[in-house]
Amino acid sequence: MSAATIEILLVEDNKDDAALTVRALARARLGNQVHVATTGAEALAFLRHQPPYETAPRPDLVLLDLDLPGVDGRTVLEQIKGDEQLRAVPVIVVSGSLNPADVERAYRLHANAYVAKPIEPKAFLEAVRSIEEFWLQVVTLP
Amino acid sequence: MNHADAVPVEVLLVEDNPGDVRLTQEALRDAKVRNRLHVAPDGVAAMSFLRRVPPYENAPVPDLILLDLNLPKKSGLEVLELVKSDDRLQCIPIVILTTSQAERDVLQGYRLRANAYVTKPVDFDQFLKVVGSIEHFWLEIVKLSRAGSGDVGRDD
Repeated sequence: MSAATIEILLVEDNKDDAALTVRALARARLGNQVHVATTGAEALAFLRHQPPYETAPRPDLVLLDLDLPGVDGRTVLEQIKGDEQLRAVPVIVVSGSLNPADVERAYRLHANAYVAKPIEPKAFLEAVRSIEEFWLQVVTLP
Repeated sequence: MNHADAVPVEVLLVEDNPGDVRLTQEALRDAKVRNRLHVAPDGVAAMSFLRRVPPYENAPVPDLILLDLNLPKKSGLEVLELVKSDDRLQCIPIVILTTSQAERDVLQGYRLRANAYVTKPVDFDQFLKVVGSIEHFWLEIVKLSRAGSGDVGRDD
C-alpha cells in the first residue's frame, strides 16, 4: 500500500482553506493526490461515482468541513458512515466550530477525528501537517 | 487556552504485554500535554474500567483509548464493539495499536468504528515515534469530546 498514491478527498468550500491544505499536503513525504469538492453534493457524487465523477478513485481519507452550502458536512458524514461500501473510509472533520455540542455530534456520527480549524495560517499548516504525519505515515488505512 | 490544559487527559491503554506498556508509558511521560495513563491488562479489565465495576469504581472516563487486539479474556475487537455500541462511551476515540497487519483485522477494525488503526512497530525507536505521533495528533491537535465523558464539566 505504501507505494501507491494515497487519494484524499477534501471537502471544503473556502478557497483559501482549500489552497492552504492542498499546499501543505503537496509537501508531504508520502505521495498523495488531493481531490477538492466545494459542496456536500459534489462530495457525495464523487464518493458514489456519479457524473461527472464516474472515474473518481475511492478516497483513502476524507477531510471534511462541516459548514458547507447546501448539503452540509454532517449529512455527508452520516451518508458515508451509513454506507456499507464507504463506512471504513476514515473521515476527519476539520471545522471552525469549537462548540462541544458540534464536537460530540460529529463523534456520534462516527467521525474518526475532529480537528478545530485554526484561524492563523501558521497554526493551520501545523494542523494539516499533523494530520498528514499521523494519517499518512503512521496509520494503517483500510 | 482550553480546559484541556488544566485537566490532565486520561488515557486508557489496553495491553497485556508489559514491555509495550513500559514503552508507551515512557513515550507519554515526555508528552507536551499533561496526561494520566491507566493500564488494563485484558479485555475484561478494560470493560470493568470503562463501566466502573469494582475495583474500578473511581476510574475516570478516559478521553482516549489505545487498544491492542490480541488480549486475554476478551479480544480487542469485542471491546471495540462494546464501546462503540454504548451510548455513554461511543464518543471516546479508540486507536487500535496492534502487531497485526492482516487486512481483515484492519477492515474489521474500521468497520467496528475504530477511530484509527496503527500497526505496532517491532523496533524500539520506531515504537516511540509512533506513540509520539499518536500523542501529538490526538492530544494536541484533535478536539476531544470531553463533554460526553460526564467527568469533565460542559463548557455551556
